[in-house]
Amino acid sequence: MDTPAGVVPRVSSTLRPSDRIGAFKVRWGVGRMSYTVDPGLYALGRPGPDSYVFVTASYKMSFDRLRAALAGRDGWILVLDTAGINVWCAAGKGSFGTEEMIDRIETSGLSDIVSHRRLIVPQLGGPGVAAHEVKRRSGFQVVYGPVAAEDIPPFLEGELKATPVMRAKTFGTSERLALVPMEVIPALKVALPAAAVLSILAFLFSGLSIERALGPARIVWVALGTSVLAGAVLTPLLLPWLPGRAFSAKGLVVGTAAAFCALFAGAGLGVLSALSVLLSVPAIAAFLAMNFTGSSTFTSLSGVQREMGWALPLEAVGTAAGLALWVAAAVGGG
Amino acid sequence: MKRLMYLKDVVTLAFDGEKCTGCLMCLSVCPRGVLAAANGKIEVAARDACIECGACQCNCPSLALTVRSGVGCASAVINRMLGRKGACCVVEEGGQA
Repeated sequence: MDTPAGVVPRVSSTLRPSDRIGAFKVRWGVGRMSYTVDPGLYALGRPGPDSYVFVTASYKMSFDRLRAALAGRDGWILVLDTAGINVWCAAGKGSFGTEEMIDRIETSGLSDIVSHRRLIVPQLGGPGVAAHEVKRRSGFQVVYGPVAAEDIPPFLEGELKATPVMRAKTFGTSERLALVPMEVIPALKVALPAAAVLSILAFLFSGLSIERALGPARIVWVALGTSVLAGAVLTPLLLPWLPGRAFSAKGLVVGTAAAFCALFAGAGLGVLSALSVLLSVPAIAAFLAMNFTGSSTFTSLSGVQREMGWALPLEAVGTAAGLALWVAAAVGGG
Repeated sequence: MKRLMYLKDVVTLAFDGEKCTGCLMCLSVCPRGVLAAANGKIEVAARDACIECGACQCNCPSLALTVRSGVGCASAVINRMLGRKGACCVVEEGGQA
């Protein structure tokens, strides 16, 4: 649409099937780094000089969530250039930040388009945006909106006041479930080649007998599969109910339980093989669980460093010991 | 659902009550309910809930709140130990959803 600052692209608040398919693919890691929206100003519906200005990141999922939450409303959307990273991560890196916001206000000609001087910024942009600096240098007042875009309508109706519930980042089961694929896929990218290499080793250890290599190879696939299931799927899903505060401890609990289940299902293993599974699966599961700290919403860098200080050596030793026992079993036929 | 909590007594959040002017901007940006209004200023009400995101420090005009901010992400810490670039968790893909 035409504005005093030139033509501004118009967007709809209705997501199309292609938007939903795009979001699904990104959750599975497909084209995740090129799921972007061009930075700049957009018109949602038929906004005027008094309409609200909402700021978001150039990650298309962030943009889509915002416009879907604003269904039936008119407003301006100012997209900052975050290189396709979501608001929270980009704020941590500083690309969703004070400088970019001030630049984007200027280059979009926002001051000529709206008569007020107020921006509604997602609360999770806070680590990158110094509201007092934006105000001082651009004249625009930053009003922090709620954490979740879905809460914007009640926020607007509540005279731009967010309730404590709107201010808190949640981490419910569905949110954790949505993150599971991005735990599983990187884990499999390492686990599958590792299982393939170890299967070849089993073949070599067995004196090139496929028949005798099958046992040790099967242990590798079961152990790695169980580890990924325990550490990258079950631990994230069961997170609030697992004992311990450190993620490694939670993963260790699930991994140990899963290792016993795997052994129970595969009864008749030799002692070395059984021990190999009982050591390696909890260790790998604990490691994978520890990696979920990055996707979670309640860990701190200092906490993660403390956890890693004791957990990483244990996970390495457990995995190495499991591997050594497996080699001994494969070579010795245990 | 109750608030999920990570490790105890580890975060670097520091508050200097002398400098606080009571503007309460920090209350609007903290995603963890760590801070609360008290006596015209703020107080650290739930220290262990802090995730060191740095939002309060960034939005404190009087430098009353300080924290060594960073991302609580084990993969990022490992990537840094291995000398890979970028502070984000997944090296080639970057960031949480």
